[in-house]
Amino acid sequence: MSELSVNHLLGIKYLNKKDIELIFETADHFKEVINRSIKKVPSLRDITIANIFFENSTRTKLSFELAEKRLSADVINFSASQSSVKKGETLIDTVNNILSMKVDMVVMRHPNPGAGIFLSKHVKASIINAGDGAHEHPTQALLDSYSIREKLGDVGGKNVVIVGDILHSRVALSNIFALKLQGANVKVCGPKTLIPKHIESLGVQVETNLKKALEWCDVANMLRVQNERMDISYFPTTREYTQQFGVNKQLLNSLDKQIVIMHPGPINRGVEITSDVADSNQSIILEQVENGVAIRMAVIYLLASKIK
Amino acid sequence: MSQKVLLSSKEINIILHRLACQLLENHLDFSNTVIIGIQPRGIFLAERLTKILREEYKVKDIKLGFLDITFYRDDFRRGEKTLEANTTKIDFLVDDKNVVFVDDVLYTGRSIRAALTAIQSFGRPSDIELLTLIDRRFSRHLPIQPNYRGRQVDAINEEKVKVMWEENDGKDIVYLVSK
Repeated sequence: MSELSVNHLLGIKYLNKKDIELIFETADHFKEVINRSIKKVPSLRDITIANIFFENSTRTKLSFELAEKRLSADVINFSASQSSVKKGETLIDTVNNILSMKVDMVVMRHPNPGAGIFLSKHVKASIINAGDGAHEHPTQALLDSYSIREKLGDVGGKNVVIVGDILHSRVALSNIFALKLQGANVKVCGPKTLIPKHIESLGVQVETNLKKALEWCDVANMLRVQNERMDISYFPTTREYTQQFGVNKQLLNSLDKQIVIMHPGPINRGVEITSDVADSNQSIILEQVENGVAIRMAVIYLLASKIK
Repeated sequence: MSQKVLLSSKEINIILHRLACQLLENHLDFSNTVIIGIQPRGIFLAERLTKILREEYKVKDIKLGFLDITFYRDDFRRGEKTLEANTTKIDFLVDDKNVVFVDDVLYTGRSIRAALTAIQSFGRPSDIELLTLIDRRFSRHLPIQPNYRGRQVDAINEEKVKVMWEENDGKDIVYLVSK
């Protein structure tokens, strides 16, 4: 059946394998569209989408906005920092006020885990989670898997290691769900303090030695250390972190194969990844950004077609 | 449900050759003409016609593309099902070219309306013609008529015209299906 099983995209956890395949196939068509000289299609001309960001974002916000505009949807943007939220308005009130202006879909980023799920139960609109605290960031995981599929042909059976701050990362959790769903083997690697307890219960293995992890993998997804979410010190110094968990060209050259390097951005150059690696031909970081627009167009298109 | 044969394989073959000749008459060497098959079902007809033109009428260079109109349709969210897209493959510019749209059945004309919008993304053609194997008379919602038609058919709205191709469905045949 060519329809998503869900009415909202709240997390990869709520999707099944068929949903992911449908999103990827649809994204293939949109990727062709965004590489035309005229990159716009009129599908969503009768849809209005609100981008509500309670947390800072550059890439995700731009990517969503571009995806919406290329589908011809009407777009309104809202940042919490310049709004009545500062005056004490609740989340439901804020969103319901926006929806009264006849908005069909809400793309929301929020610092609290579960904010999207909460909202989907209380308001009448299709919700897309653009990151909720340290919980999930589904479109990022979809575009990561899509980029792996594009580079290596398939996600199933591939060895993927996610390196860095697993504890505070919504990208890590969504990626684990998405990769496992598609049959990839997943390891996480980072300082013990930044790896959540019982993460093995998600079907992933823990590796604390970066070299061993890289020798095992086909793809390494390097995450940023999320200093803004750290209330205590999780490792002694940034320098020590880089020495143990940073990827540099020398380390990559010491492997007996060419692995694919990914990064969800923003990159801290010289911390988790050096510039010569980020800019090398093994890195698909900019392809990820390009695919992000196609993936978001696919998700918005498929969810919008379920709005009656 | 009953179905009656509108065109047999032999009749289809004769019609394809006639359509190819009509195209040839108007476009000669196809140097400034491109054939665009409308996805999903127009591509088989477009491929057949180009094959005949290439192999039997020795047209050397003939450009063929496939156009998907899903994202340009005017019934998004009106039906029950999600509209599923197909591949668009046009690896040339249509600027100042004579474009021939090829589709199997012309019914309401809405697909062709969508195709007219979709093709704009690939440039500004000097003119656009329409070729269709089956033209369902008296059923148009829009002022769109074919320039080349295989067979004109009178069918009521409850009936369906089913065009089958050997390469996709096992044999060449056109049915009129009534519920």
